[in-house]
Amino acid sequence: MSMTPEKDFGTPAISATQMVNLEIDGFQVIAPAGTSVMRAASSIGIDIPKLCATDSIEPFGSCRLCVVEIKGGRGMPASCTTPIAEGMVVTTQNKKLADVRRGVMELYISDHPLDCLTCAANGDCELQDMAGAVGLREVRYNPAGENHLNSVKDESNPYFTFDPSKCIVCSRCVRACEETQGTFALTIDGRGFDSKVSPSQNQPFMDSECVSCGACVQACPTATLMEKSVIDHGTPEHAVVTTCAYCGVGCSFRAEMKGSQVIRMVPNKDGKANHGHSCVKGRFAFGYATHKDRITKPMIRKSIKDHWQEVTWEEAINYAASELKRIQEKHGKDSIGGITSSRCTNEETYLVQKLIRAGFGNNNVDTCARVCHSPTGYGLKQTFGESSGTQNFDSVMKADVIMVIGANPTDGHPVFGSQMKKRLRQGAKLIVVDPREIDLVRTPHVAANYHLKLRPSSNVALINAIAHVVVTESLVDEEFVKSRCDVESFNKWRNFIADKRHAPEATESITGVPAADIRAAAKLYASAKNGAIYYGLGVTEHSQGSTMVIGIANLAMATGNLGREGVGVNPLRGQNNVQGSCDMGSFPHEYPGYRHVSDKATRQLFEQNWGVSLQPEPGLRIPNMFDAASDGSFLGLYVEGEDIAQSDPDIQHVHHALRSMECVIVQDLFLNETAKFAHVFLPGSSFLEKNGTFTNAERRISPVRKVMPALASYEDWEITQMLSNAMGYPMNYNHPSEIMAEIARLTPSFSGVSYEKIDQLGSIQWPCTDDTPEGTPTMHEHEFMRDNGKGLFMLTEFVASQEKVTQKFPLILTTGRILSQYNVGAQTRRTENNAWHAEDLLEIHPHDAEDRGLKDQDWVGIKSRAGETVLRAKISERVQPGVVYTTFHFPESGANVITTDNSDWATNCPEYKVTAVQVSKVSHPSEWQQDYQAFSERQLELLAKE
Amino acid sequence: MSTTIFVPCDSAALALGAEKVAKAILAEAEKRKLDIQIIRNGSRGLFWLEPLVEIATDKGRIAYGPVQASDVTSLFDANFLAGGSHPLFLGLTEELSYLKNQQRLTFARVGITDPTSLDDYLAHDGYRGLKNALATTGVDIVKQVTDSGLRGRGGAAFPTGIKWNTVLNTPAEQKYILCNADEGDSGTYSDRMVMEDDPFVLIEGMTIAGIAVGATQGYIYLRCEYPHSHKALNKAITKAYEAGYLGGNILGSGKKFDLEVRLGAGAYICGEETSLMESLEGKRGLVRFKPPLPAICGLFGKPTVVNNVISLASVPIILDKGGEYYKNFGMGRSRGTLPIQLAGNLKQPGLIELAFGVTLRELLYDYGGGSASGRPIKAVQVGGPLGAYLPESQFDTQLDYEAFAAIWAVLGHGGIVAFDDTVDMAEMARYSMEFCKIESCGKCTPCRIGSTRGMEVIEDIMKGHDLNKNIPLLRDLCNTLLNGSLCALGGMTPYPVLSALNHFPADFGITNQADAA
Ligand SMILES: Cc1cc2nc3c(=O)[nH]c(=O)nc-3n(C[C@H](O)[C@H](O)[C@H](O)COP(=O)(O)O)c2cc1C
Ligand code: SF4
Ligand code: SF4
Ligand code: SF4
Ligand code: SF4
Ligand code: FES
Repeated sequence: MSMTPEKDFGTPAISATQMVNLEIDGFQVIAPAGTSVMRAASSIGIDIPKLCATDSIEPFGSCRLCVVEIKGGRGMPASCTTPIAEGMVVTTQNKKLADVRRGVMELYISDHPLDCLTCAANGDCELQDMAGAVGLREVRYNPAGENHLNSVKDESNPYFTFDPSKCIVCSRCVRACEETQGTFALTIDGRGFDSKVSPSQNQPFMDSECVSCGACVQACPTATLMEKSVIDHGTPEHAVVTTCAYCGVGCSFRAEMKGSQVIRMVPNKDGKANHGHSCVKGRFAFGYATHKDRITKPMIRKSIKDHWQEVTWEEAINYAASELKRIQEKHGKDSIGGITSSRCTNEETYLVQKLIRAGFGNNNVDTCARVCHSPTGYGLKQTFGESSGTQNFDSVMKADVIMVIGANPTDGHPVFGSQMKKRLRQGAKLIVVDPREIDLVRTPHVAANYHLKLRPSSNVALINAIAHVVVTESLVDEEFVKSRCDVESFNKWRNFIADKRHAPEATESITGVPAADIRAAAKLYASAKNGAIYYGLGVTEHSQGSTMVIGIANLAMATGNLGREGVGVNPLRGQNNVQGSCDMGSFPHEYPGYRHVSDKATRQLFEQNWGVSLQPEPGLRIPNMFDAASDGSFLGLYVEGEDIAQSDPDIQHVHHALRSMECVIVQDLFLNETAKFAHVFLPGSSFLEKNGTFTNAERRISPVRKVMPALASYEDWEITQMLSNAMGYPMNYNHPSEIMAEIARLTPSFSGVSYEKIDQLGSIQWPCTDDTPEGTPTMHEHEFMRDNGKGLFMLTEFVASQEKVTQKFPLILTTGRILSQYNVGAQTRRTENNAWHAEDLLEIHPHDAEDRGLKDQDWVGIKSRAGETVLRAKISERVQPGVVYTTFHFPESGANVITTDNSDWATNCPEYKVTAVQVSKVSHPSEWQQDYQAFSERQLELLAKE
Repeated sequence: MSTTIFVPCDSAALALGAEKVAKAILAEAEKRKLDIQIIRNGSRGLFWLEPLVEIATDKGRIAYGPVQASDVTSLFDANFLAGGSHPLFLGLTEELSYLKNQQRLTFARVGITDPTSLDDYLAHDGYRGLKNALATTGVDIVKQVTDSGLRGRGGAAFPTGIKWNTVLNTPAEQKYILCNADEGDSGTYSDRMVMEDDPFVLIEGMTIAGIAVGATQGYIYLRCEYPHSHKALNKAITKAYEAGYLGGNILGSGKKFDLEVRLGAGAYICGEETSLMESLEGKRGLVRFKPPLPAICGLFGKPTVVNNVISLASVPIILDKGGEYYKNFGMGRSRGTLPIQLAGNLKQPGLIELAFGVTLRELLYDYGGGSASGRPIKAVQVGGPLGAYLPESQFDTQLDYEAFAAIWAVLGHGGIVAFDDTVDMAEMARYSMEFCKIESCGKCTPCRIGSTRGMEVIEDIMKGHDLNKNIPLLRDLCNTLLNGSLCALGGMTPYPVLSALNHFPADFGITNQADAA
């Protein structure tokens, strides 16, 4: 708990196996070949002065503070750019070197304001440190000389300022934007003395391409790029390492604190998922945690027409428990259930499902992962034997061909998106399969080799066509198939897929993708040394979502792209803990670790440990709960940290179901959409207020640490525990580590996980067992996780979606997300991130817009067979004709009013990505929007006021 | 019988009216119904005599100059076609002492041939080096270049053979030959003359380099202010392709070498080799740090030979006559010849190719003929804008890399600019800092900020402000620039500044020796 800064070795680590011996200041050093003299010195504690070097980016050699002398060499080379050599003898300190360093510092300070004492970086400034280190005592230059002291500040970005008067033109920001983030928003404009940092073409940051990832701010050694929070509050005094609560990348952060106030979130260099990088959400958008909309007192009410009443925790919990018990007594055990959250910790999720299975006595537990990645769980479990992605993120750095299907990493998983771009800039090839032109298709120094711009809902036809090419053009990795897969299933699949009906030419009319492109892309992927597939919701959120996941798995197996670094099948999971919530037994049919409730041995294990008898049949899935609620047989629901009234499809149906229930308990930070239908509101805690763990998309279990007290007094797991006790099922954990210990005891793939080990290693990728005590970065290395160890091929017949365009609904609507907003937006909408995205827009191709007489910014009505809503239009060639696109971050957009109840055949994952719609110009919001607005306003009025 | 008349097309001659002279000669001959043929040759490099018109006679080429269009009638009247006497008559060109005593190896054809005539080139020993190169191995070619003792003529004087050897021994799918034709030094023009007046010799040199190290693509990075060079090079390249001296199968050898001219970005710093490569890659001309050496990781990250025009143009004769032949010229570790460019306040500015070893005084007085103003020569700057100023006391220094280094001076690209005693050396020092400020790429701190501060400090000194503080400050700044700069622009600016200060303290207002410290 101190502010010890992270050590900066000056230049990145080198992973060479060959070691080099040298002497620095009389000390012997051994370091990998290719290491810089600076880093080698730093590794033995000799810190050579530096300003332009920092170990997150490549050396640049511009400040010249780091000069050294090398025996037998000429002049004074910069130690950051000079690689070590065998037998080298280096001197880092002597009079001559000191003179040059002091000379350089004197120049710097001759063009720098002398207001250190009132500068926001005072005490956290490398320029200051270096002035001290080189012993600068006076600046002799005429103060009337030319300078930049009157340069104008740019405060356009909501989170950081740019004060060029303090800039030392070290280019660290420019290089961070290029190398770390890959956005290339910054350049140095002008030459010589006039050189200055310029966002885009000398624009303010907010008007430039900047995506506010913060990498430049992080890299800046001075106060030039500085968090506004630090300017406002001063420098932090202690730091706690925790994990971002936004997306499935699961970036590690240092929460830098002043007492219990978060001053800034700084990406952790040791974070294995992010290596010191971040995106605008995790880095800056944490203000929601203390937003005035937070509800901090428990509330109850009899009916949703009533005013809320603030009550004590005891009253609220007792009321909730008594209502649930009353409903069960009257309508049977199965008349209640609960929903876990992918936003909460593993421990909290585990506890909610335990409460439901053991305390409610049924299996009516489900999770929002249902609406995103349930097909992943199903498809990968069937084929590979484990419901998760096969790689770690770093694996992408060894991929030669990257196929991105239905995912938009630069917006959805920005930090991984940056890592992928870095690999692409190193020369890896890229195939994008997406109906829309995502940023990756063309971004600075990256261009997709193939963009297969398929029609929404034709995924399976496309993956079949690719597989057809692999099989018919002898691109199968026969050796891999023979040794690693179930050969019988392969042969069956080979016959199936070789049939002409799957040929790219035959399916061109379905996919809309030229056959030649598919053939070329298939060859590129199949003949890559390492081919890696990354996919997202564009794969899963379809009526054939599971089929598509299986199709991807088949393709990877057939081409031998599994079981080592650089390859694999990688679902890009949306929410921070969607992997964890699935792992923790959130589905009605599975215990933690994906073991079916009907499996007797597992059930008995849990029965013994939990001391109750458990139901052997799966419980209700979310859509079934809603149906049952509408039928009057399901009347009580405990929802933890989830906003089903906004995020689930066919919202009018959902709203009807919620209105039909007698006791809806919502545990959340805000009065979210679902809470507007609730009877009990239990104020939850944000990730800053609790201990626990999150599991990211690469199965990495990372620590979440409490940095401030829970605003409403309890961490979420404590609330669940109270409810359980009130329901009559006793729980008495003192700390989430005890919950994790129970998970480890009952779940083989977690058997080696403990808080001590997480603290020690920083994070752990499951499976973590006796065989793999430090976790498993790459899955299926020697055999697949299936019972017989063999990968299973399954047939993937293409079945057209029921959602077809008709004369009435001639366009296909597909949905996605953008960088600055997160999911239903409950958090990000309560931050300055709205500066980037203040409303959801409907992207429409110019042709379709012209047909309908639409202009940019026009209000348009979007009608499907499920409902109608109104958004503003954004005319864009990113979408193809016939397809419209929107995000779903704002409740009033009602994007899910129009999505239908179609869903994946295997998992009921809703078909968000395909809805047939008609679009037309309108002048006022839809009827639904008007009703909704009235309801919403009324609900806010009903909030308790003393 | 038709008489052949040579009227140079070199831009120095053109600037002095050669085009008009050629036209006037044609018109006059037509009027007089005389059968003549005009060949547009390159310049002999005797600029005070340009336009220098030559007549081919049995005895050899007879020179007249400087000829203006208005002189043409009188020349015809004087029967200059037969070598008749005339006030502008200079006698046999080859006998002009300025030329006669030169040792023209690299410039052997310059001024003699029609620059873009491949036949002319072949007729004057052209492409003999390439033929020899094709008949031997890369290792052997590199050995001959190494044996010749040729050192880079672009300024740094690095042994060319060693550079080539590194590229030869660095395996890569693609390697490049890059000719640095950004010639930005003040008072220099030897690169330009080669490119305008004998472009084939550069093309041949680059082709040999490509064959030697295994590079199949060459680029000439040409200063954009050289339109005549651009035209001449492109014309010659086209002819070389047509005749099979460039392309996929050079002279039927199966060897490949393609060549292209790229225009520079118009910045002095783009002449620095790494900045040049950045510029060629389409980026800002920012200096790269070394290592990695361009020979290992150069253009587009591939092994690259970067050589100056003169370095490359000296290769054909080495391959033609052998490394030993070339090495026999020169002194010490400075072997072969150096094309010296005389400029500034001199009576007879021009190009002089001589073996190393000649003294400055011989060049300034025997060739240059002393100052044009007739006043004493106070100082000369050798080696371009980053070269030291030498006072009269050092005029006996021999042109030799090591001899110059010993007096803290450089030969650079061989440019010599003379100043008479009216020059204010403090102003020259101030200007050197200003030049550095204007041309600084801005990457490294010493040069980016130091050049501006240097200018300001010298201005303060010139105003007589606080010399006790400002003179040591200037020296400290020079020390920082010298040792701290990333490249030679910042790193060598102290040469002209400190040499001016040390040799001419009075110009800085320093009257007693203590102040000069
Ligand atoms: C500021 C600066 C400008 C330079 N300009 C030129 C130039 O115009 N032409 C040139 O040949 N070399 C120039 N050089 C030298 C080149 O960097 C490089 O040493 C040279 O091209 C190597 O060729 P050489 O070995 O044949 O001399 C310059 C160097 C510096 C530092
Ligand atoms: S915040 Fe990120 S995207 Fe914006 S300029 Fe800085 S590094 Fe580039
Ligand atoms: S803004 Fe900061 S990082 Fe960027 S050049 Fe200036 S001082 Fe360096
Ligand atoms: S939102 Fe995702 S990418 Fe951004 S900081 Fe958080 S975990 Fe990292
Ligand atoms: S010395 Fe000057 S020109 Fe050379 S790298 Fe430094 S700033 Fe650029
Ligand atoms: S730290 Fe090495 S030059 Fe700046």
